[in-house]
Parts: sequence; C-alpha cells; structure tokens
Amino acid sequence: MDLRFTPEETAFREEVRAFIRNNLPKETRERLRMGHPPTKAETVQWQRALNARGWAAISWPKEWGGPGWSPVQRMIFLEENLAAPAPELLGFNITMIGPVLIQFGTEEQKKRFLPRAANLDDWWCQGFSEPGAGSDLASLKTAARREGDHYIVNGQKIWTSTAHNADWCFLLVRTNPAAAKRQEGISFLLVDMKTPGITVRPIISIDGSHHLNEVFFDDVKVPVEMRVHEENRGWDVAKFLLGNERVGIARLGKSRERIDFAKSLARETRSGGRPLSEDPAFRQRVAQLEVDLKGLEMMQLRVVSAYDKRRDGKPDPLSSAIKVRGSELLQATSELVMDVGGPQSMTAWAREADTASNEPALGPEWAAQAAGAYLMLRAASIYGGSNEIQKNILSKAVLRL
Amino acid sequence: MDFDLTDEQRLLADSVGRLMADTYSFEKRRALIREAEGYSAELWARYAELGLLGLPFAEEHGGFGGGAVEIMLVMEAFGRALALEPYLATVVLGGTALRLAGSPAQLEAMVPRIAEGQLKLAFAHGERQARYDLSDIETKATRSGAGYVLDGAKTVVLHGDSADMLVVSARTSGGRDDADGLSLFLVDGRANGVARRGYALRDGTRAAEVVLSGVEVGADALLGAEGAAFPVIARVVEAGIAAMCAESVGAMDAMHAMTLDYLKTRQQFGRPIGENQVLQHRSAEMLIQLENARGMAMLAAMMVDEPDAAERARNIAMAKVGVGQAGRFVSQQAIQLHGGIGMTEEYAIGHFFRRVMVIEHSFGDTAHHLNRLAALAA
Ligand SMILES: Cc1cc2nc3c(=O)[nH]c(=O)nc-3n(C[C@H](O)[C@H](O)[C@H](O)COP(=O)(O)OP(=O)(O)OC[C@H]3O[C@@H](n4cnc5c(N)ncnc54)[C@H](O)[C@@H]3O)c2cc1C
Repeated sequence: MDLRFTPEETAFREEVRAFIRNNLPKETRERLRMGHPPTKAETVQWQRALNARGWAAISWPKEWGGPGWSPVQRMIFLEENLAAPAPELLGFNITMIGPVLIQFGTEEQKKRFLPRAANLDDWWCQGFSEPGAGSDLASLKTAARREGDHYIVNGQKIWTSTAHNADWCFLLVRTNPAAAKRQEGISFLLVDMKTPGITVRPIISIDGSHHLNEVFFDDVKVPVEMRVHEENRGWDVAKFLLGNERVGIARLGKSRERIDFAKSLARETRSGGRPLSEDPAFRQRVAQLEVDLKGLEMMQLRVVSAYDKRRDGKPDPLSSAIKVRGSELLQATSELVMDVGGPQSMTAWAREADTASNEPALGPEWAAQAAGAYLMLRAASIYGGSNEIQKNILSKAVLRL
Repeated sequence: MDFDLTDEQRLLADSVGRLMADTYSFEKRRALIREAEGYSAELWARYAELGLLGLPFAEEHGGFGGGAVEIMLVMEAFGRALALEPYLATVVLGGTALRLAGSPAQLEAMVPRIAEGQLKLAFAHGERQARYDLSDIETKATRSGAGYVLDGAKTVVLHGDSADMLVVSARTSGGRDDADGLSLFLVDGRANGVARRGYALRDGTRAAEVVLSGVEVGADALLGAEGAAFPVIARVVEAGIAAMCAESVGAMDAMHAMTLDYLKTRQQFGRPIGENQVLQHRSAEMLIQLENARGMAMLAAMMVDEPDAAERARNIAMAKVGVGQAGRFVSQQAIQLHGGIGMTEEYAIGHFFRRVMVIEHSFGDTAHHLNRLAALAA
C-alpha cells in the first residue's frame, strides 16, 4: 500500500491540466465558475475537443476509443476536468450507454453507436422512470409489443433529463406482462427520438430551469435490432447501468471546485468587520467539508481500483456509499457558496435583462446563480437511486439485514 | 406563564386563516407572481378591511393596538399560504420604525393611511458591502439648508419597488461600522434622485435595488433623533425576525402536512412509502424540528417588546437560529420525501422551500446569529 501519487500520475495530472488550460474556451470556464450549468453547445464543443485528444471515452476499452487509463488516472482526469471547471462528459453517453453496449451490445450496435456517443454526435437520454415507477423501477408499465421485426411502444416516461436535447434514448419497456417476476418481463431498447409518435414535454424545476421532461410514446415503432441483450433480460442491463451511474454521481471534483470558489469569495466578503475567510466558524465549516471530501476521495479510489480487479461486471456495493456521501457533499458545498452570498444569493434577477445605464446595478452574477445550484442539487439525493434506496441496498447487500 | 391565546386572538387567527384559504390558491399565487407588482392589490384592500394593516399601531393614532402576538398569528397564516403582499415591509418593518421613532405629527399623518391601505412602506437599510452587519452603512445624509441631501445605494430592499415611502437609513456622522451617527429618513419613493430597480427574489416576493443620488429632503423627513437611529434599526430588525420566524413556521407546517399526506398516498413496491420505518422516523424528526421552531417563534414574539435590550437581542437571535435550522431540515426533507415531484415548479413544496430559504437569509442567517450568540457565550 502506498497512497502517494507516483511521479507518472503527477505528471499525468500536469498533462491534463495543461490540456484543459490550452483548450477550454475562456468564456465557458468563466460561465461555469459563476455557477451556470454548461449549455448544450458548450458540452458538445468540449466533449469533441476531448475526444479529438482521445480523452472522451475514458472508461471504455482501447479498441472502442478509450485512452487505456488506470482507475487512478481516470479519477485524476475527472477531478481536473471538474475543478477547471469544464463541462462534464455527457454521463448518458460515456458512463451509461457506452459501457452497456460494450458489455451487452451486438457488433453492429457497437460500431454504429459507440464512436458517435464518444464524439457526442448523438446525445443520449435515459428513459427509465415513470410516474408510477420511481424507486420501484421494476414496476414500469411502458409496453413494447412485438409486430414482425418491430416493437410497438406505448406509454410514458418522466424525469427524462435533457430529452429535449437528445437524439437517442435508451429505454426500459415491458415485453412480457405475464412474467412470474416483474424483473423478468423487461427489455432494453434504443430509440431514435425522431421516430413518429414521441412527444417531449418540458417540466420546469424549482430553480426555474428546463432540465426535466415527460416523454410520451404513442405507437412508436422500434426495430428489433435496436434491442440490447435478450428479450426480457433488460433488467440485467439496467442493473449494470445503474451501478455505473451511482459512482458517476459523486462528482467530487465539483465539490472541490465549489469549496475553492467559496474560499476565494470569502476572502473578498466582509462580515462582522473582517473578511469572512477569517471567521473561525466559517473556517471550521470549510475544514469539515475538506475532511469529508478527502474521505470520499479515499473511498472512491478504493472502490474504483477494486472494481478493475474484480472484472465480474458487478458494481461494488460500496458504490452506494459513494453515491450517498458524494451527493451529500455536492449539496453541502452548494449550500456553502449560497451562504457566502448571503442576501445577494436570494435574488432571482435575470442577468439577460438589458441594463439601462440609469438603472441601479445588480449584484454579483455568481450570487444570483448560487441558490439555483443549491435548489437543483436537492435532486442529487433523489436521482440515480435515492439515498434511502442506496441505504436499503447497503442493508441488504452488505449487511444482510 | 401562559401559552393560551385570548378569544380575540383566536378570532384573528381564524379569520386570517379563512381569508387565505378562500383566496390564495396555488395557481392564483403563481399568476400574481407573473404580474409587475407581484402581489394582489385586491387582497391588500381586504387586509385593510380586516384591520390587519393598522394592527400594531396605537388606537389613538388610528391603529388597533395589537402586539407582537397578533403579528405572529397573522404571519403564520401568511406563511401557510405563501402570501405575497408587502405586509412585512409596510406594517412590521416600516411600521415598527414609525411606531418607535415617529413624531406625533408623522404618526398622525401616516398611520391612518397605512391602516386604510393607501400607504405602503419599505425599509431601505441593507447595503451590498454590509452583508448582515447592521451598522455597516455608507449611505450619507448631508445637511443642506433646513434639510438633508441623501446619497448612497441600498440592496435587496423588500418590496422597495412598489413602496410609496422608503424608510432610509443614512450616516449623518461617524465612520463605517459606527453604531452612532446613523439616522432614519422618510423618503418618497418617487422623489427626484431616487432610482429603483425591482426584481423577484427566489421565492417570488419582490425586492429592489435603490440608488439615492442627491435626494433632497426636508427636516420633517427625519424619523427620530439625528444620529441616534441605531437602537431603532436594531428593533426594526428584531421585529422583522420575529415576524419572519412565525411566517417560516407557517410554511414548515404546510410542508410537513403535505409530506405526511404524500407518505400515505404515494405507492412504491406495492405499498404506501410511509410504511417504510425510515420515512416514518424522518417525518417524526420533521415534526420535532417544527415544534422546536414553533416554540422559538413564540419566544421571538414575546421578546419583541422586552425592555432589556440585551435580553431581547439574545433571545431573538436564538429564535432566528432555531427556526433557521429547523427550516432547512424540514424543507430539505419535504423535497426528499416527495422524490422527483418535489423538484418541480408545478408542485407547491418547492415554493414553500424557497420562502423558508429566503427567510433564513434575511436579517442575518444562522451562522451570523450563532456568531453573535457565541460572542456572548464566552
Ligand atoms: C433532477 C432529476 C433528474 C432525473 N433524471 C432522470 C433521467 O434522466 N432518467 C430517468 O429515468 N429518471 C430520472 N430521474 C428520476 C429518478 O430516478 C427518480 O426520481 C428516483 O428514482 C425516485 O423516484 P420518484 O421520484 O418516483 O420517488 P419515489 O420513489 O416515489 O420516492 C419518494 C420518497 O420515498 C422514498 N422511498 C421510496 N421507496 C422507499 C423504500 N422502499 N424505503 C425507503 N424509502 C423509500 C424515496 O427515497 C423518496 O424519498 C431524475 C430525477 C430527478 C429529480
């Protein structure tokens, strides 16, 4: 055991940093620092820049365009990318559908979709949840009935993030309503979002943004060759995918970046007659978050390196622990930035509105964004399997209670 | 010691509660937010009819002689309905400044108009560099002839965009952070040199940035003694905190009730999610926090008129901390236990959540008041 980074790993970190420094558009970095989520265009631009360097499909095998990194290198890369801050690789493409196709897909499916997913030529979305099937995903009702060499899909999905941006959707459907166990009647389909019969309706979330959607399927024809894995074995695919999704949610580089941002703001913010950064209570709060972050980093490194050695395709049950801690930390660090802004963070002024020169100036842009990020991150303990569900998994899979 | 309400107080709580239940549907509120003023002028008139706008003023000035307990009851009902009207700004903040510092002539001129709903006030005190520090005021008032000239900038002035009259704090002497040397002025919102930019806060209530450039006011605009406004400002803020504590409790109460209902009706894994013991305990913890906050809001109300300034300040700071912490827990768990639906604008939980969030960051957040209390604890 040696927990120090090797000289090679340190050099790798420098290489990643230099690449980001030289290639990430300044405006993108500045917008993200101010707390804006990346736009679709920013995400596409950056993922293509990374892909051109061979750094987009980070967890995929080399033959499908992966960089052949060790788990530690992957973590270093993700951390540096988030800390920059740069737009994240699209999780639906890189951590979800890519590994699924590599594990379960046909040669055709891999050839057709993997290079396009890596380069973000296709934007994927995740059609799992339904109004009646959230935590209890296996109760999903969206039905696919076989007609010749097609499935006819009818039903409704909800909470489909970025479906309005998406070209393709990976979809869980019920193909055998009569199966003895609910999990045994589910299949995994790839659906072109332009197929007739698909309607996407926006859901506005509590931060005022449009991220979520309802997606309706009305006699949507999906070719049978767009099924991944065997018919009625879609649950295996879903479980594999959800295990990968969990670890991705931790995003600890994001938490680190927010802590550093809050520290820099606190040096400029006066409170009680001195910089907020000199307030012992504030410093303790930051110190505690840094301790939690370090703990999470160690846990993640352990799980990720063990995962590569296990090679049985099953996610480590401890990935649930990472999901819980990671989401809590993302929430706590967004709270920190919001609290630094104080009353200024409570404003919802539209920055886009023209500022006539004789109108009073509005406050700092980052503060107006801070509450939005805090609000949206309340969802981090809900999506990807709620934190209650993660604890149920730990109780059963690890503790055997 | 007596926690019971009088018959009149119970009647007041009932009638405000009924008015809110009858008039404040979730959809109606969302429509109001989209309008320029951001609240209902019609309801404002109803508040006047019910006697709510003159509530805390002495009867001799045209008020109804109510106290902090009455304000608490009204604010709790407003919290439960997420009322948007400038009641806090006009009656509690502006009203307290006027009650404590107003001359007989000023009271006589203004109270009846406030009570009738003809005059809305806003408390233009906070400045961007001050964060939560009450004496960090850079706005200046310079003597000029018989009156004063005001220059400076005020930030996040609650309902500052629609107020007819601004209660402006300004420095007549002393330097940054000095408690001495602050004065309060009554400034017409439409006076020359007053520029206002209104916007919505995260919870949909209105606020404004206010810039004063060479605003000339007469000697009669001075509210209270020149240079001695700090104790008044502190008490205005304390009254505001007490009122907001009650409002937050009303909002928490609503969130807890909605969540409890959801636990009983939402089915997953073939049964109501409320059958999971972990969620039962969470809901019980929400109740514990809510009841803790309720007691703290009562404490704050009782302390508003406490003559011992140190005792008053200490207890109200405690209430702000207790209610702030409870508010964060209850509102975060309310969303959590609703799952995805709690994250949507179409559902009421998120609106309550944001009101409680804005309250926590008004007049000093939890960390600010804990620091004040820590300084006293040593
Ligand atoms: C911002 C956001 C983005 C999302 N993106 C996507 C997406 O792209 N694609 C997609 O398919 N889905 C997406 N989801 C949906 C997400 O996966 C679900 O919201 C989640 O699975 C919870 O389901 P639910 O919302 O129906 O809540 P419910 O399952 O109804 O849960 C409500 C509450 O009950 C608790 N609970 C439920 N069952 C139990 C139990 N047995 N024991 C203890 N507690 C329990 C939950 O933890 C939660 O607190 C997204 C959700 C959000 C909020």
